[in-house]
Amino acid sequence: MKKRILVIIPAYNEQSNIVNVLKSVDAASHEYSCLVVNDGSKDDTQAVAESAGIGCVIRLPHNLGIGGAVQTGFKYADYHGYDVAIQFDGDGQHLASEIPKIIAPLESGELDACIGSRFVESNDGFQSTFMRRLGIKTLMVAAKVLSGATIFDSTSGFRAYNKEAIRFLAAEYPTDYPEPESIILLGKNGFKVGEVPVLMVERQGGESSISGWRSMYYMIKVLLAMFMTSRRDPIRNLRG
Amino acid sequence: MLLVIFKLIKRKKLKEEYSLLWIALGGAVLFLAIFESSLNLLAETLGILYPPAALLLVLIGSAFCILIQFSMVISRLSESNKNLVQEVGILNAEISAMKRDMKKEDSYEG
Repeated sequence: MKKRILVIIPAYNEQSNIVNVLKSVDAASHEYSCLVVNDGSKDDTQAVAESAGIGCVIRLPHNLGIGGAVQTGFKYADYHGYDVAIQFDGDGQHLASEIPKIIAPLESGELDACIGSRFVESNDGFQSTFMRRLGIKTLMVAAKVLSGATIFDSTSGFRAYNKEAIRFLAAEYPTDYPEPESIILLGKNGFKVGEVPVLMVERQGGESSISGWRSMYYMIKVLLAMFMTSRRDPIRNLRG
Repeated sequence: MLLVIFKLIKRKKLKEEYSLLWIALGGAVLFLAIFESSLNLLAETLGILYPPAALLLVLIGSAFCILIQFSMVISRLSESNKNLVQEVGILNAEISAMKRDMKKEDSYEG
C-alpha cells in the first residue's frame, strides 16, 4: 500500500514565501499532501495560502509559537491516519527535492524520526553564521550528554516522523523552541532518532525568529528544557 | 482578611480549591496574633530575637507558596488553552473543507 505523506508547513507572517513553498512541495511529488498551519499571522498568509489552492490551510485563532503550530499538524496527521509527517519550514529554507532523503530511513524501518541536517557532512548548501554555529555546537554537546544520540544539527526544523512518532508527538510536544528538546523527548521514550545530510538555502524573505539578545535567552531556555526533559520519566512504555 | 476570602468564595469569585492556601495563611496569622505566646515560642525556636519578625517570616513564606501555586495554575491553563486553540484550528479547517465538498455536490446536482 502507498504511504500517505503529510507535509506540515508552519507559517507565521510568511505571505511572501508561502506560495512558492507550497508550489515547490506540490511540484516535487503528487504523493505529498500539504498542510499549512497559519500560526495567527498578522499579514495575509491565510488568504495567500488559500489562494494557492494546494492542500489544506489551518488558521489558529492566536499565535502559539512554532511548537504549538507544528503540534497542530501532528494532531491533524494523527486524526487523518497519515503514515509519515514531514516538518517543513514556511520560509523557503528547505528544499522539497530533499524530502525523499529524510523519508528513506523511515521506510527502511531504521529510524522513527529523521532530521535533515546541514552539518553531517560538509556540503555546498547554506551553512549559517558563526554565532549560530557556535550555539548549535553547544546544543549538539548537550544532546550528546543528555540523550546519548549524536545529532549535529539539533535545531533543524526539517524532519520526518513515522506513524508512531506522530501519535506520540500529537499528545506531547514542547511549545516554545521545540527542536532540540524534542530530540531528547523522543530518545527518552524509546524512539530511534537520527539524521541525514541535506541541502538548504538562505531564507527567501521575512525575518528569522531568533536573533541578537533573544538568542541568549533561547540558549538558556533550551538548555534548561533539554535538561529537565532528560530528568523526567518516560511518558510511554518502551517498546519490546 | 479571612472574612473577605469567605465572601469571595460565597460569590463564586474565588474557587474553593484555590482559596485553601489563603485560608491557611489567614488562619495561621490570626492564630499567632491572638496567642502571643505561640509567636514568642516560634521566634525562640527559630532563634529570632524580635518576635514580630517571625510573623513577617511566616507571612512571606506563605505568600511565596501562594505565588508558586499561581504559576502552576497558569502553566496548566496555558497548556489547556494551547490544546483548545489547536483543536479549534483543526475543526475550522475541517468545516470549511466540508462546506466546499457540499458546494461541489450541489453544483453537480444543479
